[in-house]
Amino acid sequence: MTIVVKFFGSLREEIGNHEVKIKAEQPLTVAQVWAQACDEVPLPHHIWTAVNMNYVEQNTLVQDGDEVAFFPPVTGGSDEN
Amino acid sequence: MNDSSLYRYSRHISLPQVTRIGQQKLTQSRVLIVGLGGLGSPVALYLAAAGIGQLMLVDGDQVDLSNLQRQIVHNTAQIGQDKVISAQTRLQALNPDIQMTTYSYRLEPEALQQLITTVDIVVDCSDNFTTRFAINAACVRHGIPLVSAAVQRWNGQVTVFLPTYSQSPCYACLYPNQEEEGEVCSETGILAPVVGIIGSIQAVEVIKVLLNIGESLCGKLLLLDTFTLQWRTLKLPKDPACLVCSSVNFIREIR
Ligand SMILES: [Zn+2]
Repeated sequence: MTIVVKFFGSLREEIGNHEVKIKAEQPLTVAQVWAQACDEVPLPHHIWTAVNMNYVEQNTLVQDGDEVAFFPPVTGGSDEN
Repeated sequence: MNDSSLYRYSRHISLPQVTRIGQQKLTQSRVLIVGLGGLGSPVALYLAAAGIGQLMLVDGDQVDLSNLQRQIVHNTAQIGQDKVISAQTRLQALNPDIQMTTYSYRLEPEALQQLITTVDIVVDCSDNFTTRFAINAACVRHGIPLVSAAVQRWNGQVTVFLPTYSQSPCYACLYPNQEEEGEVCSETGILAPVVGIIGSIQAVEVIKVLLNIGESLCGKLLLLDTFTLQWRTLKLPKDPACLVCSSVNFIREIR
């Protein structure tokens, strides 16, 4: 199956790519999709994950043709000195 | 509403979803803005201009030269002043009809909770997790709507929590691991207009919630990456295991 993987915000900057496609033989969780797309680096647990624009847990199973997106949480209010 | 008010707010009153009745409602509303920095600046300016009757302003910081690149409610002559005083001066000049109460110190959770029970809606423009969680807990407990946003680098996010709706998530649903501090913008940087875009959306959501019109961002997280100029809206479910909102009996004060 083919899965479209998208990186948003500072993840896009770090990874240097906003979209990759991966292929898999068997079903993958969101975390396994990340690992396959990112040279087996484990998915940090603070990263938000979405499948087909729905916010999901990292252990959610992904189907063929799904879009999996990764978002870094943003926390600043730009109030700091 | 007198003639000068009718004229001042005529462009609102012309909107069929607002009208004179809606504008009247805005002038009778009380809004708490926590943080008068990058996000708080456009939020406060637009809500003051829009004629929100009472603004409560909370910020313990003073205006610093490095703030002025994006915190547009303050100006160069106000460096060193309390941010709430600096903001109040600017906002009162913009709209002499509104009333403001200022708190020039970081409010302890107890005092914050007390203040939240007296307002119609809270706008979170703060810069740290501790304050964000305290605001969220108080809003959930007392059933007060919360418009929450954050920015860093080229990115922003904004959402609305409506604790009186049983399906509404809360801030803690988004961050189940409270101990993780995010990056602060003094370390990572922030592009000036990003706070203007995201803060302006917060102001829009405040007005819609106050008037109970349109479709709010409740249950949705709006994300912006200005570097590629991409918007995303994620559906945000309530976390059934959330420690803050899953089993709350909120207290609705009779006002
Ligand atoms: Zn919650």
